[in-house]
Amino acid sequence: MDILTPLSLDEALALKAERPDAQPIQGGTDVMVGMNFDRLRPPALLNLNEVPELRGWSRENGTVRLGAGLTYTEAMAPDLAAVLPALAEAARTVGSPQIRNRGTIGGNLGTASPAGDSLPPLLVEDAEVECASVRGVRRISLGEFVTGVKRNALADDELITAVVVRPSGAPQTFMKVGPRNAMVIAVVSLAVSAGDELRASFGSASPRPVVVRAPRSEASSFPDRVAEAASPIDDVRGTAAYRRHALRVMAKRALERCLA
Amino acid sequence: MRVNGVEVEADCWEGESLLFALREKLGFPGAKNACEQGECGSCSVLLDGILVCACLVLAAQADGHDVVTVEGLAEGDRLHRVQEAFLTAGAVQCGFCTPGLVVATADLLERRPDPTDDEIREALSGNLCRCTGYAKIFDAVRMAARDGSG
Repeated sequence: MDILTPLSLDEALALKAERPDAQPIQGGTDVMVGMNFDRLRPPALLNLNEVPELRGWSRENGTVRLGAGLTYTEAMAPDLAAVLPALAEAARTVGSPQIRNRGTIGGNLGTASPAGDSLPPLLVEDAEVECASVRGVRRISLGEFVTGVKRNALADDELITAVVVRPSGAPQTFMKVGPRNAMVIAVVSLAVSAGDELRASFGSASPRPVVVRAPRSEASSFPDRVAEAASPIDDVRGTAAYRRHALRVMAKRALERCLA
Repeated sequence: MRVNGVEVEADCWEGESLLFALREKLGFPGAKNACEQGECGSCSVLLDGILVCACLVLAAQADGHDVVTVEGLAEGDRLHRVQEAFLTAGAVQCGFCTPGLVVATADLLERRPDPTDDEIREALSGNLCRCTGYAKIFDAVRMAARDGSG
């Protein structure tokens, strides 16, 4: 196995073009679990920790650009939480402080699990994913980026470089159901924003991202519509019926919270 | 990398975790190996001053960086006040989770010298004690906080 540690984004993209079989690793909270349990043995690991362009976040012409290496701890910090409050709430529910200090937004999208906690709050904000390669940079809506369970639209030579959001400023919240408040993979989760348009997106309740939209005048039927839009499954963490029920209850509570 | 302030070198298999390198190659057995998936916190160390699970850091990622393990908290023969507090409060049962909890507590008190119970609970939520000795652990954290403010 080769370890490739680029020191700049240009170098990272050149290496990824040269070695499309290299598995990117940032925080390691998914990749290292696979390595430790002999489930993942890529021919090469592309260590992105030393690429400064992937760090932090910035404002650009009314948009917010979240570097792919933005950690959950950074997403919880007050300055960013003021701009993307539901994302900050979701970040706070991820794992433990240790996990939040290492795990990143870019890694969450790369893994593309239906339970990824950063996905619903970014989806209700119509986030776009910036993918780069030596061929150039493209932006894809997050809904199109995730193509299935743990599958995404990245080409072999591409890296996720950022998530770009135009913050709505709408009241918004994130909720998650699990056996305890920490160290929980979502049994089911929900992000709701209540601007002129009501929007909801859920986690662990569909193989691909779904955003439910309705005019504000239809708030009373919105929880039912959210529950109906889900396509949950029975698994070790919960039943499909429970997940659908919980989504209806959470959507009602989320609206109460947002519209209060 | 630097471990507890000393420059060290290890010949590692490429896919090795920082935890494995610390324990098996570098002679720092303080961080404990349990779940290997970031669930238990037994391997908590500070990487460039940030609390992490050493099992989820690729050893190669620590190259050129600063690592502090539980062995690095004491000053000579003088235990860190968190270690003293854990001893005094009887917060150690089987002891396996203790190094991780000590590092996580030291990190908390560095950022929050006088934490509320909720803050303690959240800060230590990633450290499991299978003996379930959490009440004494809470006592120890509060005691260490008091010792620090005194």
